[in-house]
Amino acid sequence: MLKGAGNPFLIGGALVLGTAGYLAASAIKDTGVYYLTPGELSAKTKTDPTFYETGVKVGARVVNGSIVRAPGGMQVAFKMTDGAQTYDVVYRGITPDTFTDGVDVVVEGRLGRDNTFRATTLLAKCASRYENAPEKYKTTPGYKRAEQRA
Amino acid sequence: MGELSLWVALLMAVWAATVSFAGGQMRRADLIESGERAIYATLAMVVLASLGLLTALLTHDFSIRYVASYTSANLPKVYTITAFWGGQSGSLLFWALILASYSAIALWTNRTRNRELMPYVTGTLAIILVFFLAMICLGSNPFERLDFIPADGRGLNPQLQNPGMAIHPPNLYLGYVGTSIPFAFAIAALLTRRLDAEWLAAVRRWALLAWFFNTVGIVLGMWWAYVELGWGGYWAWDPVENASLLPWLVNTAFLHSIMVQEKRGMLRKWNVTLVVSAFLLSIFGTFITRSGVISSVHSFAQSPVGMWFAAFLVLAIVVTAYLVSTRLQDLRSTAELESMISREAAFLYNNLVLVGIAFSVLWGTLFPIISEAVRGNKITVGPPFFNTVNIPLGLLLLLLTGIGPLIAWRRASVANLKRQFLMPVAAAVAIGILVFALGVHDLAALLSFTFGGLVLATIVQEFYKGVNARHHMYGESRVIALPRLVARNRRRYGGYIVHLGIVVVFAAFAGLAFKREFDLTLNPGDSKTVTDAWGHRWTFLSQGISRYSVLNRDVTAIALDVTRDGKPAGVITSEKRQHVDSRGAPTFEPSTEVGIMGSFKQDVYVVLAGVRGADDAEIRVTFNPLVRWVWLGGALMALGGLVVMWPAADRHRAQSGYAAVLKPRPIGERVPDLVGA
Repeated sequence: MLKGAGNPFLIGGALVLGTAGYLAASAIKDTGVYYLTPGELSAKTKTDPTFYETGVKVGARVVNGSIVRAPGGMQVAFKMTDGAQTYDVVYRGITPDTFTDGVDVVVEGRLGRDNTFRATTLLAKCASRYENAPEKYKTTPGYKRAEQRA
Repeated sequence: MGELSLWVALLMAVWAATVSFAGGQMRRADLIESGERAIYATLAMVVLASLGLLTALLTHDFSIRYVASYTSANLPKVYTITAFWGGQSGSLLFWALILASYSAIALWTNRTRNRELMPYVTGTLAIILVFFLAMICLGSNPFERLDFIPADGRGLNPQLQNPGMAIHPPNLYLGYVGTSIPFAFAIAALLTRRLDAEWLAAVRRWALLAWFFNTVGIVLGMWWAYVELGWGGYWAWDPVENASLLPWLVNTAFLHSIMVQEKRGMLRKWNVTLVVSAFLLSIFGTFITRSGVISSVHSFAQSPVGMWFAAFLVLAIVVTAYLVSTRLQDLRSTAELESMISREAAFLYNNLVLVGIAFSVLWGTLFPIISEAVRGNKITVGPPFFNTVNIPLGLLLLLLTGIGPLIAWRRASVANLKRQFLMPVAAAVAIGILVFALGVHDLAALLSFTFGGLVLATIVQEFYKGVNARHHMYGESRVIALPRLVARNRRRYGGYIVHLGIVVVFAAFAGLAFKREFDLTLNPGDSKTVTDAWGHRWTFLSQGISRYSVLNRDVTAIALDVTRDGKPAGVITSEKRQHVDSRGAPTFEPSTEVGIMGSFKQDVYVVLAGVRGADDAEIRVTFNPLVRWVWLGGALMALGGLVVMWPAADRHRAQSGYAAVLKPRPIGERVPDLVGA
């Protein structure tokens, strides 16, 4: 379509997009982490021990009553589970406001060979952050119907 | 009543879609007119429904599920109103309201123009309206009633009780929905094969409007995240944030490439693609916010509404892909690129980079889904991915922002290059050296300041030349020449103001390289000292914890005496809030009020993370350099957008001037550089 000057432009364009593509691909390789459940992580470590001490992201639920805060420091220990597998987690740092018993959390960190997960980041997920459908409504017929209809 | 008017609106929109397309095909003026009237009627009905919801909110009609879920009797009035768009179904209704209003305005302003296109524009807009109204009526109805009447509502999430959150979503919606008008025109142009500059002229202002609101929405969202979420930053590359950025990037690309088509008749396919993509990405953004397919801290609850969006998205992609592919012949360029060193080429690169950024952001956002589908493993990418990819691309973009305005159209001569580039490049190098000498050794930050200097110098030079030209030509004093220059060439100089905003924002981003963060534990009377990136020593002395109740919340607050290098700097307070309902029972999770002591140099950002035991306070102190410049840059970009959009007082003149630019030009005729040169 383009004559003469067109070719260098196409090359330039390919260069720009190629760079973007290369950056995207290599960055994924370098920074992408597995997002697993405790059960999946356990299965992975059984078949492939390199999953120990490797950075992963785990989504799980905090076991009720398992949160222990170290006095004075900012260290917190708790258990997380998906029903299939439970891991001890230690985390140092500020915990989010929503971090309490029974919430869903996403932790990023490494699973040690002692099966303790050392988290470097801790996010707590409110199942429905801005919806906050109240428990008591859930038991009412109206709510159920709404759920089915929806 | 509200629900009834929604159903009527839906029927009206269906009617509008049917008769508009039929009228366009059969060229029957009566049908076309009926279609347009139906759109106005749809608007009236949607307004009625919105008023209905607003009344229900303000009268605390808790028998309506939406009202009970998002408000409570003790919620401040302003947030009772903003709860309109605080929840899912309300925000969808709000979306429909904006779309109907936009559609009506677009029809009204084009009632005597673009008549060949309008039936299809009306029809396309009507289909989008049908989709939204059907989704509201069938999937997520804000007027749904509870079987019982609760004594009080659940209240609004305290994190949404913030002025930023009150106005951020409307702006974002105004921006998102704004892309549907250009989309409708693009579809109409494709259907009628009238793919000359006519439809572009009609949509430029709309694209700009969408861009403007999108910009404001994004900046307000950043501000809200910064002051309300308390993690110390304003952008986390969260999927929902990315979703708002994607249409912005594509729209920005379009606003540049449209100039190439106007001046040179090139990039026609590209422009259609961009307009369509901006709309699809807006829908996609809404889809991932609502559907829960990608986990995000911002997600609305998972809901079936996502499926509606997915279906609509697929349908829209298929239709537009078909239309574009069957009309490639009509989209051929009327001119060719003559030189690599030309304004056109600079715009092309600018477009490639913008679209490259958009692709990488989209790729990173979707990667968990893609990897799970392809390899069965969910792999997520976070800020490190986006930073690795986008810092180089962003810097390239900044560089092009400096270069583009300096190069002549068609083919730049060596003399032209020398004349134009000498001062800006010298200024950029000087700034680079200065910043390096000041101790900025981070490569990305250094380049950001240097390229920023280039853009800045370019803008100054452009303004200077324009003012001087007026001074010599009309003998105006330079003081008068400046505002007149801007007023006469709003598009060009407004654009430069936007560029100035971009420079300021990039400089602020560069400041992130000097962020410092400390976690401290303080008993009352304790003090801790930390050092910021500039070497200042900050001491924080705890005055202890106070606990009290106000309006709708219980507050735990800490006050810190702050000294900088031994001199008192003031007091910072940070609060932990537990919101309560009207009976005093706690609602929602506790939330945090950040304490910020700000200057143009840096913000000292203090978060009370928690209180252990009696009054052992855990605090996080963050030194955030140059954050204010982000808000300032955002304001400049919005201002520039306003300057470009502002309807000229001498409206007719502006339009005729516009038409002159659009007049088809035989290939080879010299395009006069209208201003400044």
